[in-house]
Amino acid sequence: MGVTGVMRPGHAQIRVLNLEEDAKFYREVLGLVETGRDAQDRVYFKAWDERDHHSLILRQSDKAGIDFFGFKVDSAATLDKLEGDLNAYGVKTERVPAGELLATGERVRFEVPTGHVIELYADKKDVGNGLPYSNPAPWCPQAEKGIAPTRMDHALLGGGDLDGARDIFINVLGFYLTEEVVAEDGKTQIAVWLSCSNKTHDIAFVRAPENGKLHHVSYWIETWERVLRAADIMSMNNVPVDIGPTRHGITRGATIYAFDRSGNRFETFSGGYISYPDMHKLTWPVEHLPEGLDYAQRKLHETFLTVFS
Amino acid sequence: MTDVQLAAAQNVVVTIAETGETYRCRTDESLLTGMYRLGKRGIPVGCRGGGCSVCKVQITAGAYAQMRPMSREYVSDDDLAQGRVLACCVRPLEEVTVAVIGKLNKCVTRSGT
Ligand code: FES
Repeated sequence: MGVTGVMRPGHAQIRVLNLEEDAKFYREVLGLVETGRDAQDRVYFKAWDERDHHSLILRQSDKAGIDFFGFKVDSAATLDKLEGDLNAYGVKTERVPAGELLATGERVRFEVPTGHVIELYADKKDVGNGLPYSNPAPWCPQAEKGIAPTRMDHALLGGGDLDGARDIFINVLGFYLTEEVVAEDGKTQIAVWLSCSNKTHDIAFVRAPENGKLHHVSYWIETWERVLRAADIMSMNNVPVDIGPTRHGITRGATIYAFDRSGNRFETFSGGYISYPDMHKLTWPVEHLPEGLDYAQRKLHETFLTVFS
Repeated sequence: MTDVQLAAAQNVVVTIAETGETYRCRTDESLLTGMYRLGKRGIPVGCRGGGCSVCKVQITAGAYAQMRPMSREYVSDDDLAQGRVLACCVRPLEEVTVAVIGKLNKCVTRSGT
């Protein structure tokens, strides 16, 4: 079997400044499906084609940003093993009891040196994508509502000790490096893209002056044409767009960066390429960051390295 | 703020202290939106949702009102008392002057630190 151990990103918990305004935004503009609310007033969403109960949780706060980012692992045995491996590597972990997040089993939680809380879990309830498991249609009405990405795909996080965070993902969690941006010294990594699958990235880190920062949570769309449709929907709804629509040189994704109602950046993208762990990494010297970021315009968007929540 | 007052939104002059740049901003739009919409520069433009702080300004003259929540990570009680606010979250009530505090703080420089 190909994808074992850590399988995929499973959830992001995002802080918003006005819960109902952002719940409406994620439901009606991004077109996610609201799947529940809990006793802490958190609102749960999933993309229409995801089968697990949720991939995004919104929490009301007076600060924007990300609380934690979680990955689903292939079994309870893997969860135990990875917790042991993390501890052996010197990373402290704690267990969050089953049910603390709706429809979710026990989670192993730890902090990486960029100041981000990362979680692993093995169980989350399969609520389906609205289509039967026998003889399913290719899509359902929810696939046409709002931007309607098919899945939450990855996150880009910002913090100081990028090297420390990268090492935990590579040395302990089984990720591999697909692409990097390096400084003029040819060594110092300014940003790294890491995969635990065939995707070009399941998580990425950028070196940032403050720890624990969110750069963006990304949502996958099937085609470039649907990315342009997303741009129309954003403009119809006065969504502040940061970059795009364009194509990243890095990972080759066709992309739009934009912001939710609380200033948290999100991405809607399609494309990329299939990646394997034996493939040579791709390197972008920082003087080529403009093409890496925006291949069509070859433009250095200052906000990429400066705007975080 | 009543609906009657909102309906009577006016244009007022906003001055950016550092550059002397001025623009006309509606009293029902944020200081940042007013600037951005006219293609003017001076206040850094980021998330436009009160979450990133790059648009932080000090209001040095004139009355303003908050129209959106601001991330308190970047705006303390003292800031609020002193008129240090996020330009994407406040609207002018009359002619105002602002000094730019927010920076596009680069995480890395071209010298590769
Ligand atoms: S532009 Fe981000 S807080 Fe105003």
